[in-house]
Amino acid sequence: MASKKIHAIYTDDDLLLQAVKQTRAANYHISEVFTPFPVHGLDHAVGLAPTRIAITAFIYGLIGLGVAVAMMNYMMIDDWPQNIGGKPSFTYYQNMPAFIPIMFELTVFFAAHLMVVTFYMRSKIWPFKKAENPDVRTTDDHFLMEVDVENHDVEKLTKFLYDTGASEISLIQNEQDH
Amino acid sequence: MYTLPSKLKLFSIILIVLGLVGITYGFLTTPKTIEDVKKIMAEQEGHNGEGHAVADEEHTANFVDVARGEEGYSEAAMEHATDLKPEGHGATSHEEHVLHQLQTRPWSATFVAAFFFMMIALGVLVFYAIQYASQAGWSPGLYRIMEGITSYLLPGSIIVFLIVVFAGTHFFPWQNEELVAEDKILQVKSGYLNFPFFVIRAVIYLLGWNLYRYFSRKNSLAQAEANNYNSYRKNFKISVLFLIFFIVTEATMSWDWFMSMTPHWYSTLFAWYIFASMFVSAITVLALTTIHLKSRGLIPFVSDKHLHDLAKYMFAFSIFWTYLWFSQFMLIWYANIPEEVTYFIIRIQEYKLLFFGMLILNFVFPILVLMNSDYKRVPWFVVIAAVFILVGHYIDIFLLVMPSTVGHNWHFGIPEIAALLFFMGLFIFIVGRGLGKVSLMPKNDPFIKESENHHF
Repeated sequence: MASKKIHAIYTDDDLLLQAVKQTRAANYHISEVFTPFPVHGLDHAVGLAPTRIAITAFIYGLIGLGVAVAMMNYMMIDDWPQNIGGKPSFTYYQNMPAFIPIMFELTVFFAAHLMVVTFYMRSKIWPFKKAENPDVRTTDDHFLMEVDVENHDVEKLTKFLYDTGASEISLIQNEQDH
Repeated sequence: MYTLPSKLKLFSIILIVLGLVGITYGFLTTPKTIEDVKKIMAEQEGHNGEGHAVADEEHTANFVDVARGEEGYSEAAMEHATDLKPEGHGATSHEEHVLHQLQTRPWSATFVAAFFFMMIALGVLVFYAIQYASQAGWSPGLYRIMEGITSYLLPGSIIVFLIVVFAGTHFFPWQNEELVAEDKILQVKSGYLNFPFFVIRAVIYLLGWNLYRYFSRKNSLAQAEANNYNSYRKNFKISVLFLIFFIVTEATMSWDWFMSMTPHWYSTLFAWYIFASMFVSAITVLALTTIHLKSRGLIPFVSDKHLHDLAKYMFAFSIFWTYLWFSQFMLIWYANIPEEVTYFIIRIQEYKLLFFGMLILNFVFPILVLMNSDYKRVPWFVVIAAVFILVGHYIDIFLLVMPSTVGHNWHFGIPEIAALLFFMGLFIFIVGRGLGKVSLMPKNDPFIKESENHHF
C-alpha cells in the first residue's frame, strides 16, 4: 500500500507556526515538521506530548549529587583523611562547606551530560547516522511541514496549504514493503 | 484605574497604628540605668541558670585578642566585633555594655523593618531601570506596577535616613570618639568613617535614588500623552546613568549602614550580597502585586507568561543570593582568620536557628517550589514561594543588624513585631495609593505591543 504525503515548504518560522495551527484546526494530520532551529511553541502547536527531559535532568542531577557525596566521603573521610588548613576531617558534615563546590559541579556535570545522551538516544541520533530530513534546505533557512494525505482530496489540500503561505508544495509517494 | 480596596486600606491603617504603639512602647521600656539592667539580668539568671556566660568566655579569650591589645587596638572595639565577652573587664563594665545593647534594641528593630521595605522599593526601581536600559520587550506592561511600588521609596528612604543619622553609637561604634582615640584601626579608617562624610554620603544616596524615581516617572507619564518617543529616549538615558550611580552607591551604602556596625570586620563580597537580597525581595513583591492586580481583573494585558518570567527571576535570584552567601561564608570559614570569623561565630552561636533556617527558606524552598516550569504560572504556587522568600530575607536583614548591634541580648518581641507591622502597613498604604493615581496601562510605550503579545 502506498502512503501519500505532502511536503509544504515555508520560509519563515512565524508563518510556519501559523500554518501548523491552521492545518491542525482544519483536521489534517501533520506527521512531521523539519526546521533549521528550534521554534518556540512549535511542539505545543503540533500537539506533541510535553517533553519529559526536565524530569530526567532532575534525576540525573540527584545522581550526580549522590556520586559527589559518596566520592568525597570515601576519599577525604574514610580512605585517607588529611589535615588541610586545620579543617575537621572526622565526619562528612563537619567538613561539608569544603565539599559543596564539588557537590554542585558534579550535579551540573551529570545533569548536563546525561541529558544530552538521553536526548540523542530518544531522537535516535548516533555517529554516522544518515540524515532523515527530506530536503537539505531545512538545515539552512527553510521550514518543511509534512502532511498525511490519507483519504483527503489532494487538490483541496494543496489549495489549503497554498493559502497558509507555503512557498513550495510537492506530493510524495512512499512505497512501503509488505 | 486601581483603588486600594477599603478593607485592605483599613487593614494597613490598623497595622500602622498598632506598629506605632509598639515601637513607642519599645523605646519607652528600654532600661535607663545600670540598676535596671542588674534587675533584668537577675531575672534571666533565674530562668536560664548560668552556663551561658561561662561557655562564651572560653571562646573569645584567645591569643589574637591578647596580641591585638598589645598592638594598641581597643579592647572595647574588639568586643563590639565579637560581642561574646560577658565578663572581660569587671562586672560594671559588662552591665554597661548590656545596658547599651538593650537601649539599642528598639533602634535595631525599627531599622531592620524600615530598611527591609525601603530596599524592596529600591530594588524594584533598579529592576525598572534595567528594563529601560535594556529596552526589554516583555515588561512594559508592568511599568505602572513597578512605578506604584517605587512610590514607597521617598518616604521609606527618608525614614531610613533619619534612623541611620540619629542612631549614632547605637549602631556605629566608630562614632564614639573615645573608642576611636584608643584604636589604631578606627583611626586609619576615620578618613572614610567620620560623621560629616557619613551624612553627606547618605544625602547623596537619597537624592540620587529619589531624583531618578521622580524624573523617570515623569517621563513615563509624559510618554503616555506624547506622539513621539522623546520621553522614552530621555528615560533610556537617565536609566543607564542611574544604574551606574546605583551600583556605586549601593556598595558604599552597604558598607556605611551595615558593615560599619562592626568596623573591624570587612568582606569584599558584602555589597553584592546585600544587592542580591534586595533584588530577589523586590522581584518577589512585584510578582505578588501583579498577582493581586490580576486577580482583580485590572491588567488584562498582563498574561501568565509575564508571571512565569517574574517567577523565573525569583528562582534565579534565590540561587544567586545563596551563591553569594555561600561564597562569603566558605572563604571566611576556610581561612579561619580571627578578625573575619567573628562575624559568623556570633551568628552561629547565638542565632543558630535563624541563621540556618534562613538558608532553607531562601534556597531550598524556592528551588523546590519553583523548579517546575508549569508551577511558575500558577498564582498560588508563586504566592507560597513569595512568602517563603520574603520571610527569609526579612530574617536575612535581621541577621545583618541584630548580631552586630544587640549581640546576644536579642529577642523577637514587641519592638520587632511592631516595627514589621508599622512598615508593612505603611508600604501597603503608600503603594496602594501610588498604583491608583493613573491608568495601569502604559500607553504609547514603543514596546507595549510586544509586551501584550509576549509568548514563548
